[in-house]
Amino acid sequence: MVSKKKSLSNAGFFITFMGPSLIAFTCVLMIPFLYGVFLTFTNYNPIKGTKDFVGLENFLAIFTDKEFLTQFLKTLRYVFYSTIFCNILAFILAYILTSNIKARNFLRSGFFTPNLIGGIILGYIWKFIFANVVTKVGHTLEIESLKTSLLTHPDRAILAMIIVTVWQYAGYLMMIYIAGFVGINKEVLEAADIDGAKGFKKLFYVTIPSMVPSFIICFFITISRGFMAYDLNLALTNGAPYGSTRLASMHIYQKAFQANQYALGQAEAIVLFIVVAIVAVTQVLLTKRYEVEA
Amino acid sequence: MTGRKLAVFFKYLFIYILLIIFIIPFYLMINNSFKTTQQFVESPFSLPDKLDFGNYVDAFKKMNFLGGFINSLTITVISVSLILLTASMAAYFLVRFKWRINKLIFAILVASMIVPFQAVMIPLVSIYGNMKLLNNKWILIFMYLGFGQAFAIFIFHGFIKNIPLDMEEAVLIDGGNRLQAFFRVVLPLLTPVMVTVMILDILWIWNDYLLPSLVLLSPAQRTLPLSTYSFFQTYSVDYAPLMAGIVLTILPVIIAYVFAQNRIIEGVVQGAIK
Repeated sequence: MVSKKKSLSNAGFFITFMGPSLIAFTCVLMIPFLYGVFLTFTNYNPIKGTKDFVGLENFLAIFTDKEFLTQFLKTLRYVFYSTIFCNILAFILAYILTSNIKARNFLRSGFFTPNLIGGIILGYIWKFIFANVVTKVGHTLEIESLKTSLLTHPDRAILAMIIVTVWQYAGYLMMIYIAGFVGINKEVLEAADIDGAKGFKKLFYVTIPSMVPSFIICFFITISRGFMAYDLNLALTNGAPYGSTRLASMHIYQKAFQANQYALGQAEAIVLFIVVAIVAVTQVLLTKRYEVEA
Repeated sequence: MTGRKLAVFFKYLFIYILLIIFIIPFYLMINNSFKTTQQFVESPFSLPDKLDFGNYVDAFKKMNFLGGFINSLTITVISVSLILLTASMAAYFLVRFKWRINKLIFAILVASMIVPFQAVMIPLVSIYGNMKLLNNKWILIFMYLGFGQAFAIFIFHGFIKNIPLDMEEAVLIDGGNRLQAFFRVVLPLLTPVMVTVMILDILWIWNDYLLPSLVLLSPAQRTLPLSTYSFFQTYSVDYAPLMAGIVLTILPVIIAYVFAQNRIIEGVVQGAIK
């Protein structure tokens, strides 16, 4: 009798504490995700009203679709370059800001500012800058390569995306690297000083190796955000010129909501999920392995 | 000695040139929002002749700034409050009740954090569209509540784990129940970590474009990112009011940043490191 009453009150607690949270999570994430996986095996199209089982047809279609493959390579290139440049810049900024420098907080806040603003707004700001300001500078200073906007070149427009991404995230990663610098064991640094390691030698042999966890976090953030980039892409280039900057997310969006190929778009979204999941699992494994060694 | 001084000089020169490059886009937006489109195209760097707020008045009306601002504010405030309350309660339950299923629930929540929004976007629109639930602010808030759970629970879970049981036991012995123990003892202790989650969620929801663009279809419902987007689509040739629109949109965030910059930066970084 007592245990029955207790289990009843336990169930009550479960509903009170977990109920709202679990209902929202299930309805918004779990069910759509599972339903989404199911849809990739159908020819789902709400306009035509079809939803028949077609097996692996969508996935076969993706991997034989030249357009998907080229835009996927484009996304990879974008992710690769923005990750590299973003992390290099952020590391240099953090290195300087943790050295003996005045107005540290002011500088830190300044570099961090772009992170407060959404991709749509940032995209529009830079659209003006690439189209009107940079070209103006090019004409005034007679620099040929700046006279026409980056955004109008099919080969170079992706560079504009990379530049803005680096600008957007460098300050954020800088803060993570600063936390890494501050967290380095002082004794290790002192030991390095005693051993006569100075300047770059100290940086490469002592500082960088003890900051591996920061590098893992930062690389993971830039890689996964790169694969998911949408807002900036939409506002800055909208895929133009000639679809040369249409990255993975935009491709999925357009496949589903503009070309009405819902099932194919969803299959591509699942491919994107698998790529992001592989990156995330790699990060976790790397972190674990490093922790064992340390 | 001079060598060292030179190095210090170049360090300052380098960092301040970089800072100017980082900040100049904002300066250009503010500066040119007081000019005409032609003045902007001819000389984007020159200072405006006078402080003419005409572009602002124009942008304010055309993008329905006030409506967008109120929508953004309501959606952000309600969503974030609900996420904080429900997620902290759920995390408390997951930590304090040693049920076997709790481990499974927690594992699913953590795993769900790697699902990109794009992977649920199409089925989400299809399910809620079929039920005729789109174009509703409250459904959007419910969606934020769902998407915000995993991360918030994960952070709260890590924090509650380290709270000693003693104080809660005192409440329980005095005849209080778990709910009282949570609200009287645990919730006040959660304040610092609540601020972290709050800041991250505010920035996320305030700036989010894709989800509201799929859910809120009528112009009257638009949040600020949506009204900025449609403003740019409709008036794409007249640059000056567009720039005033940008400044108006980022102004609330910048004001908040000026007052709480250290808190905000710390919150964002804490969220990334954990």
